[in-house]
Amino acid sequence: MSVEPAVVQLTAKDYASDQEVRWCPGCGDYSILAQVKKVMANIGAVREKTVFVSGIGCSSRFPYYMSTYGFHGIHGRAPAVATGIKTANPELDVWVVTGDGDALAIGGNHFLHAVRRNMDFKILLFNNRIYGLTKGQYSPTSPLGKKTKSTPMGSVDYPLHPISVAIGAEATFVARSLDVNTKHLEYVLERAAKHKGTAFIEIYQNCNIFNDGAWEYATGKETKDDTTVFLEHGKPLIFGKDRKKGIRLNGMDPEIVELGGDITEDDLLFHDEKQAEPSLAYLLSRMHYPQFPEPMGVFRCAERPTYEDMLMRQVRDAIATKGPGKLDELYDDGETWVVN
Amino acid sequence: MVVSTQPATSPKKPPQVVEREELTVRFVGDSGDGMQLAGTQMTNTSAIFGNDVSTFPDFPAEIRAPAGTIAGVSGYQLNFGAHKLRTAGDRVNALIAMNPAALKANVEDLEQGGILVVNEDAFSKMNLTKAHYDHSPLDDDSLNRYQLFRVPIDRLTAEACADTGLTGRAVGRCKNFFALGLTYWLFGRSMDPTLRWIQDKFGSKPEVADANAKALRAGFYFGETAEMFPVRYLIPPAKLASGRYRKVTGNEAMAMGLVTAAARAGKPLFYGSYPITPASDILHELARYKSFDVRSFQAEDEIAAMASVVGAAFAGAFAVTGTSGPGLALKQEAIGLGIMTELPMVIVNVQRGGPSTGLPTKTEQADLLQAVLGRNGEAPLCVLAPATPGDCFQMAIEAFRIAVEFMTPVIVLSDGYLANGAEPWMLPDVDKLPSFKVVHPTTNNTDSGHFLSYKRDARLVRPWAIPGTPGLEHRIGGLEKRDVTGDVCYDPENHHHMILTRRKKIDNIAETIPSLSVNGDPTGELLVLGWGSTYGAITTAVERCRAKGLSVSSAHLRYIDPMPKNTGDVLRSFDRVLVPEMNLGQLLTVVRAKYLVDAIGLNKVQGKPFMIQEVQTAIEEMLNGK
Repeated sequence: MSVEPAVVQLTAKDYASDQEVRWCPGCGDYSILAQVKKVMANIGAVREKTVFVSGIGCSSRFPYYMSTYGFHGIHGRAPAVATGIKTANPELDVWVVTGDGDALAIGGNHFLHAVRRNMDFKILLFNNRIYGLTKGQYSPTSPLGKKTKSTPMGSVDYPLHPISVAIGAEATFVARSLDVNTKHLEYVLERAAKHKGTAFIEIYQNCNIFNDGAWEYATGKETKDDTTVFLEHGKPLIFGKDRKKGIRLNGMDPEIVELGGDITEDDLLFHDEKQAEPSLAYLLSRMHYPQFPEPMGVFRCAERPTYEDMLMRQVRDAIATKGPGKLDELYDDGETWVVN
Repeated sequence: MVVSTQPATSPKKPPQVVEREELTVRFVGDSGDGMQLAGTQMTNTSAIFGNDVSTFPDFPAEIRAPAGTIAGVSGYQLNFGAHKLRTAGDRVNALIAMNPAALKANVEDLEQGGILVVNEDAFSKMNLTKAHYDHSPLDDDSLNRYQLFRVPIDRLTAEACADTGLTGRAVGRCKNFFALGLTYWLFGRSMDPTLRWIQDKFGSKPEVADANAKALRAGFYFGETAEMFPVRYLIPPAKLASGRYRKVTGNEAMAMGLVTAAARAGKPLFYGSYPITPASDILHELARYKSFDVRSFQAEDEIAAMASVVGAAFAGAFAVTGTSGPGLALKQEAIGLGIMTELPMVIVNVQRGGPSTGLPTKTEQADLLQAVLGRNGEAPLCVLAPATPGDCFQMAIEAFRIAVEFMTPVIVLSDGYLANGAEPWMLPDVDKLPSFKVVHPTTNNTDSGHFLSYKRDARLVRPWAIPGTPGLEHRIGGLEKRDVTGDVCYDPENHHHMILTRRKKIDNIAETIPSLSVNGDPTGELLVLGWGSTYGAITTAVERCRAKGLSVSSAHLRYIDPMPKNTGDVLRSFDRVLVPEMNLGQLLTVVRAKYLVDAIGLNKVQGKPFMIQEVQTAIEEMLNGK
């Protein structure tokens, strides 16, 4: 009598490696690591088919803490390393973990091009708006005027907005969440896991050593309801403690309106993450604190063939048309002659 | 001597046929004149005829520099002979010049008494001015040293193509075929291979095919009927080893070698690259070979290309990138990652003139030290250097053999001369090619459950465990790691141990490579030591000197790091050592440091290969002046 091997249901802790986690106590990365492991269990991730890839920075130590395959690359190049991995073996489930400096400063080019190719991997950008591992210089997402060790009189660089950049690079899946909102983070990660193509998530992450409280407005108990708005597909944008405020479009511009009186939910902007054109997603990405509540959730989730699918289709088509390559035919190309 | 184009009034005797052992022809014109095409056709035709051939295309970095200027001159030099040839020829025996600028830039290389065919229609006042001639060199005695033939190529091409229905401009583009036809007549070549090629190439545009064929024939028959050429030359077929041949450039051979290595291992070939002259043709070639499961990836930059190769190697592909000097500089950080993670990968560097952008289309050998030493930290890897265009095939295969057997990046140093130069290449017998046995572990190498990713074998090679393998999940990266476990480790003793281990592993490759062979006597007064594309000039120069009774031998390094084990013994078997290089002495620096020999350099950094005569003169001066 044969016995079917029992399908082992892995739990979150099965995705932890035997390495000691070495982030600073209180770092937002711990929460993200916990949610990622939980999502791995939720989706039934196969450890040997999962690869975490990173660059350099605090966030980039992430692969060492997972029990999957992992590759800790060099600064900014994780998307390029992941592109090689995914092209060599499209069966693998690849997750890139990066930070605001890694993805948008030194690795800006690779980030843009991985996204535009719609490589079938996830990119988790831990945005703490500071350089932590090098001990506190301003980053490409630090606000103008930010005083740091390298900008004692305040930075004179305008910041990049990661979601806007990703949409500009034709991203097919764009989302945002927060390290401390574990439920929402889990939801967004799971959505990303199920997306085919590049899934980009900006995660607001607190660096309690070098930039503590950078996201306080979006995470503080007293403020968060008025400073964030949660996106749901097909639903109007409503926020505020009593859910009395909404976002309405006035021509091409969003505006905050109070619900009640003449204004009903039907007057509000309804979220549509599946629009073929990313204009709405881009508009939402431009809503910044303090003028607006900052949108959380899935900005955009569109379908488009992935790079590796199209490439492998060409390989299959070439084999179907020409037959599997034969070396003697490779050499025998063009004019040949015989010497006796 | 000037020969008029006027038909002779009385019948002359047919031209005398002179047999020659070898001849060097150079086609020169504007970069839009189709000189590369004419040269390639002449090469193919001569190879099919049975000559040995060696070529040197020389073109400007600008795609279309202003027409008629010296900056826009494009040339193709071809040496064809009745014996084994190793270079594209020193002195040009016949120069076909399509305009004054091309004449001015090249006539100095033509031998005294050499054949000079000029397109006299192009010697207008405007073109002369563009070439900085204050009057036509055809009208003074400056070209008296040569056999000058003034041929109205523009006019004769136009007449030949008058009834093809093409515009004047389109007809103008056929003049390279006229020049080619005339050259075929001069050297007794058949027009058939080129006529076949024209049909293949322009079959869908019959009027263009017709015009090119007419121009070719017109050139050929002009030679026959104009009675201006007193001599035709015959170069009998060479006695090459029997087999089936084709013409191959270094870049073509490299691409085929890479495909072969992957195919023999049953692996996909991943080629991640960013376009750069003179390496781009490898990308173009490989992109055509998708039916061999070639996955070519045109990256956003050189850095991404290299990083993608590291990723592909981690995932289990045969991973390779191609680049040229400035690109190699950009790739070095990611190559260091490949060294640290001890993954197999190949980096093809087609060297060009530097520093910086330098001379993009010209050849040089100045990246040897960059290849051997050009990374942060102690970062050893294997460096190979093919000696001829055809050798690029062998060395591409060898590069993957070593990369996989020793889990290391391997740099292959080609150069512009090898990459674009061509030679006949005997089609290899597939069954006799090396095959690779690639082993990816599937079972854990420890009972603890923690796969030991840096547990080494006797040759210090770690296992290539790839994602997708259950139970062997592990994490690697650029941080120093503890030997055996592969865990991140900052321990001072371990770091020192790992530094030594990575070096020793590269040294162990020497156990698997052929020893350095000496061409000539194993001992003597002088050894000429070379590497890379200088092989032809050095070997021929040494043979000529030996024929004169000089005590000189040569040796050619195809393995730069590690070097063959007997290299020191070979060097010490000669009183003196001469190292010709197209740099300021990079191999020289290495062999002097490594073997404590008082070698001296012969250095030429002009973007041009060595001439045989230059090496020969240096040898003679050393041995006669001692």
